[in-house]
Amino acid sequence: MIELRNLSKSFTTADGPVEALRRINLTVNDGDIYGIIGMSGAGKSTLVRCINMLERPTEGSVLLDGRDLGMLSKKEMQEVRRQVTMIFQSFNLLMQRTCLQNILFPLKLAHVPHAEAEARARQLLETVGLPDKANAYPAQLSGGQQQRIAIARALATNPRVLLCDEATSALDPKTTHAILQLIRQINRDTGITVIVITHQMSVVQEICNRVAILENGAVVEEGDVSQVFSHPKAAATRALVFPEMSDGESLIPDRQGQFIRLIFDGAETTQHPLIASMAIDCGIAASILNASTRTVGGRVYGYMLLDIPGGPDEMATAVKYLSGTPDVTVQVEVEYPAKEAEK
Amino acid sequence: MNQFAKAFTPDKLEEAWHVFLTEFPMGLWETVYVTLLATLFAIVLGLPLGILLVTGDEKGIRPMPKLLMKVINVLINFLRSVPFLILIVMVIPLTRAIIGTSIGSVASIVPLVVAAFPFVARLVESSLRELDPNIIEMAQSMGASTWEIVFRVMLPESVPSLVTNFTLAITTILGYTAMSGAMGGGGLGKIAINYGYSRYKYAVLYLAVIVLVLLVQVFQSIGTRLAAKLDKRIKK
Repeated sequence: MIELRNLSKSFTTADGPVEALRRINLTVNDGDIYGIIGMSGAGKSTLVRCINMLERPTEGSVLLDGRDLGMLSKKEMQEVRRQVTMIFQSFNLLMQRTCLQNILFPLKLAHVPHAEAEARARQLLETVGLPDKANAYPAQLSGGQQQRIAIARALATNPRVLLCDEATSALDPKTTHAILQLIRQINRDTGITVIVITHQMSVVQEICNRVAILENGAVVEEGDVSQVFSHPKAAATRALVFPEMSDGESLIPDRQGQFIRLIFDGAETTQHPLIASMAIDCGIAASILNASTRTVGGRVYGYMLLDIPGGPDEMATAVKYLSGTPDVTVQVEVEYPAKEAEK
Repeated sequence: MNQFAKAFTPDKLEEAWHVFLTEFPMGLWETVYVTLLATLFAIVLGLPLGILLVTGDEKGIRPMPKLLMKVINVLINFLRSVPFLILIVMVIPLTRAIIGTSIGSVASIVPLVVAAFPFVARLVESSLRELDPNIIEMAQSMGASTWEIVFRVMLPESVPSLVTNFTLAITTILGYTAMSGAMGGGGLGKIAINYGYSRYKYAVLYLAVIVLVLLVQVFQSIGTRLAAKLDKRIKK
């Protein structure tokens, strides 16, 4: 279990002190895949570096199974760093060494006998699906393959916690998915605790069970992923979950008149296609002007902007029909909101 | 006809050829071994100093007292800014203390090392600073000590760059040997000065220069090829 207690970190810069982290309190349980998400500059990287003491917190403490990492001797700290390992956005492989030598690196630091270390390294190459790359150099591998080698290296010392610092941010969506699946697989197989630092909601959505939202160095929201996604309380969370809502709509219809904004708050519309049934039941064929929805655990969150053909009567019918759906809020808008902003 | 043209008459060329056959083999050998030994000792002193410049830096992996780093930097800059010809004279007492004499090829190694090791230290510094700081952070995140970071990460990862820079050091030191040859040292520099400057035998001087140029080419191409061969970042 990892506990962050009142963790603060400030840096002194030429322009005076900067508070990178403010009074952070978090608990990560064993076996969690814990997401820490925030925009760039929110303090994510500093936070993850405090967890393995690459950055010393200015105040507060980091507890690993109740042990305060700030109190450890150099020797004990080296031992902890074999327990809490890290993968990075830029992979950080040793470019002049083969993949096998890269995986051997932490084992050499831990003074593991060579034969044992090599057996372990080869087994890890199997785990990450690259058994034939033992003697290849990192420059000969793709980004995804390099990150797999980095994962193998991070797992070499049998750590209990894996820190992922924007580990998929340099990868394309397909490779990202494959790497995340690998991390999830390892988490299931070994029970390793994973802390995922990212700015991509999709990453949290794909593998995390718990999430904390970081903004300006403070945790603004924290909890189960499904909970936080379904009821985003903080503005920063809403901005991350539905970036389109805060950015202003990009599609500007060339129309005047009234529109209906449907807000989905965990509606089960997958079983009842709402717009299609309205067309059948009321004979109103609404066109969807804009939509941003997200399905979490079979429930829909987000919004939809509808144009209702016809006059005020049809509009009233549509509002009445749509309002009958649970977990859906109906708002009538006269002016397309982003239109003003655009001009 | 001026004196310069007269230096290339057939009999002068024949005389130069004679000098080439009799004195050049020894001169070439002296130049080569003085260059290589001076480079070796310059690396022995300059490499640790270059490492210290990087690791002991304020933002390095093992910051040293600022005053100490300041003193080292000033000292290096001082040695680098003294003209080599003057440095040879300045270190004569040191040369005598170490070698017993200040004359000859072996004695010329001392001023060469004194001039070259601060240069090598700067070259090592620049090589090590090229390294991606993220790689060092990775090693720290795995609990590597300062010593392990230097010897298992910084130096091995910088090998191609170090080889390139050491090649630069060799060719520079080779140039300096010609100067020390003029100041009591041996080698091709001595031959060139003795015949060309003191006795106006330009043909010999030019021959010596051609051999020196070829020598630089040889060292440079060996170094360039070695660096490329050692660099595993190049996809094959």
